[in-house]
Amino acid sequence: MYAQLVTTEGGTPREGMSDQERAFQERIDRNEKIEPKEWMPEGYRKTLIRQIGQHAHSEIVGQLPEGNWIGRAPTLERKAILLAKVQDEAGHGLYLYSAAETLGVSRDELLEALHSGKMKYSSIFNYPTLTWADMGAVGWLVDGAAIMNQVPLQRTSYGPYARAMIRICKEESFHQRQGYDIMMKMCAGTPEQKAMAQDALNRFWYPSLMMFGPSDKDSVHSEQSMAWKIKMNTNDELRQRFVDQTVPQAEYLGLTVPDPDLRWNEDKGGYDFSEPDWSEFYAVIAGNGPCNAERLGARVKAWEDGAWFRDGLMAHADKARARRVAAE
Amino acid sequence: MPSLPDVMTPALETLAPAGQPAPAPQEANRDALVEWLLRTGDNALILGQRLSEWCGHAPALEEDIALANQALDLIGQCQLWLGLAGAVEGRGRTADDLAFLRDAGAFRNLLLVERPNRDFGHTLMRQFLFDAFHLELLEAARASSDPRIAEIAAKAWKEAAYHLERSADLVVRLGDGSAESHDRMQAALAALWSFTGEMFTDDDHDRALADAGVMPLPSSLRPAWDRTVAQVLDEATLTHPGEVWQQGITDMGGGKRGVHSEHLGHLLAQMQFLQRAYPGARW
Repeated sequence: MYAQLVTTEGGTPREGMSDQERAFQERIDRNEKIEPKEWMPEGYRKTLIRQIGQHAHSEIVGQLPEGNWIGRAPTLERKAILLAKVQDEAGHGLYLYSAAETLGVSRDELLEALHSGKMKYSSIFNYPTLTWADMGAVGWLVDGAAIMNQVPLQRTSYGPYARAMIRICKEESFHQRQGYDIMMKMCAGTPEQKAMAQDALNRFWYPSLMMFGPSDKDSVHSEQSMAWKIKMNTNDELRQRFVDQTVPQAEYLGLTVPDPDLRWNEDKGGYDFSEPDWSEFYAVIAGNGPCNAERLGARVKAWEDGAWFRDGLMAHADKARARRVAAE
Repeated sequence: MPSLPDVMTPALETLAPAGQPAPAPQEANRDALVEWLLRTGDNALILGQRLSEWCGHAPALEEDIALANQALDLIGQCQLWLGLAGAVEGRGRTADDLAFLRDAGAFRNLLLVERPNRDFGHTLMRQFLFDAFHLELLEAARASSDPRIAEIAAKAWKEAAYHLERSADLVVRLGDGSAESHDRMQAALAALWSFTGEMFTDDDHDRALADAGVMPLPSSLRPAWDRTVAQVLDEATLTHPGEVWQQGITDMGGGKRGVHSEHLGHLLAQMQFLQRAYPGARW
C-alpha cells in the first residue's frame, strides 16, 4: 500500500530529492526507525511535533470528561478503575510530551500553544459526559477509536513515537475493555440503566466517527504523512474498520446504532454507514463544541493557578544549588 | 447549630440492606473494633475522594499522576478496612454499602481529611499532616494482635511511607521556595493546624482496644508525629503554629464521633449520588 502511495504522490518524484532526502526516504521505505539525533527533513520534524503534540494534548484534556465522574463513580471498585484509567491518560500525555521533546520542542512550549488555541486536541473531548453510561461509552467507543488509530502507529517511522505507542496501546486496550464492561453491566441492569446506555451510544456514535478526521477526499497532507510513515492508514480505512468492529459489539449489548442507513454490504465485506455531520466537526474544531470553553478553560486555569507551585519548586532548586556551590 | 453526634442519629440500621448472612459470632470488643475500622477506612475514603477532585486540574502533569495514584492507594485501603468493618459488624454490609449508604453522622473520619482542597498548598499540607499520622498509625497496626488488622496495615504501610516521603519533600521545597510559595504553605499550615489535635484524642473505644492489645492509644502516637512535623517544618523554614485551640476534641464533637463539618455532607452528596438515585441497581 505504501509503495503505491509514493508513486501517487505526484509532483515530488524521487529524482527531485536531494541525496540526503533520498537517503532518508529510503530508510523509511526499509522500515528503519528514525532516531532523535539523526538528520530529518524539517517538514517531517514539524509534522511530527504537530501530530505528537496534538495527541499529548488530547490525553491531558481527555482527563476532564472522565474526571467529571470519578467523584460520582457508583462503587469503590469502579472509582478505583476510573482513577487508574485517568491516571494512565496523564501518563500517556507524559510519554508523548517526552517524545515530542526529542524533536526539539519543550513541554512548556507545547502547553503554551494549547492554551493560546494555536494547537488543538481531539474534537471528541469537547462533548459532555452526562451519565455514568458515558464512562462506558467513552471507554468502548472513544478508546476503541483511539486504538484503531494507534495500533498501526506502533510501526511508525519515528522511534520514540513508535515506542511510546506500544505502551499506550497496551493500556488503551485495557481501557476499552473496562468501558465495554460498564456497558454490559448497564445493559443487563434496570430499564433506566439500559436507557442510559442507549442514550450514551446515541450521543457518542457520530463524534466517535469524527475522531478519524475528515473523509480522505477532504484530507490534506495525508499522502506525505503516509510516505513518511507517520500516518499508516487513511482516515476512511480506519473509520470503516472501526464501524465493522463496533456494530456487532453494539448488537451483543442489545443497543441500536443511531444510523437508520447502517447495513451490511456483502460485496465490500463491511458495513455501509452514514457520514457524521462534518459541519458539526468543523464547528467543534473551531471552538464551538458544547464543552470547548470549559475544557480549555479548565486547563488554562490549572496552569495559571499552579504557577506559584512550579515557581516555588524552581526557587527551591536554585537555593539548593546555591547552597551546594557555597559548601564546595 | 452543630449537627448531632451519631449516637443521636436514629435508624442507622434501616440504612443497611436486609442482611441475609448469619451474624458473625460476637467477638470481644466488637463495637470498638468496628469503630476503629470505620475510622481508619473512612479517613482513607474521604481523603481519597478529596484528592481525586484534582484529577486533570493539578499544577503539573506529574502532580496529576501522583495525586491520582495516592487517591487510588487510599481507595484501595478503604475497600479493605471497610470490608473488614462490615465483616466484623456481622450485619451483612459490604464496603460499598458502608461507603455509599451511610449518612454523614455515621462517618467516622477525622475533620482534617474532609477539609476542602482549596489551593494546592492546602492540599499538600493536609496530606503531609495526615501522612505523618497515618504512617505512625499503620506502623502500630502492623504489630496489632489482630492478624486481620496487621495484614491490611502491612500493605497500607508501604503506600503511606511513600505518601509521607512525597508530601514532606514538597512541603520542604515549597516552604523553602519562593516568597509566595512560602506564604501559601504557612497560610495552609495555620488554617489546618487546629484540625490536627483530633488525631490524637483517646475515647472509650480507643481505650478498649488498647486494653485488649489490639491498638495502642492514639495519644501514644503523638510524640513521633510531633518530631516528624517539627523536623519537616523546620527544614521548610515554616513557623510552627504552637498551641492553638483544636477542633473536634470535646466529648461531643469531632469526626471520630460522627460530628462533622458542613463540608462532608456535600462531599457525600456527590459521592453517593448514583447509589441514592437508583437504589439497588448494580453497576
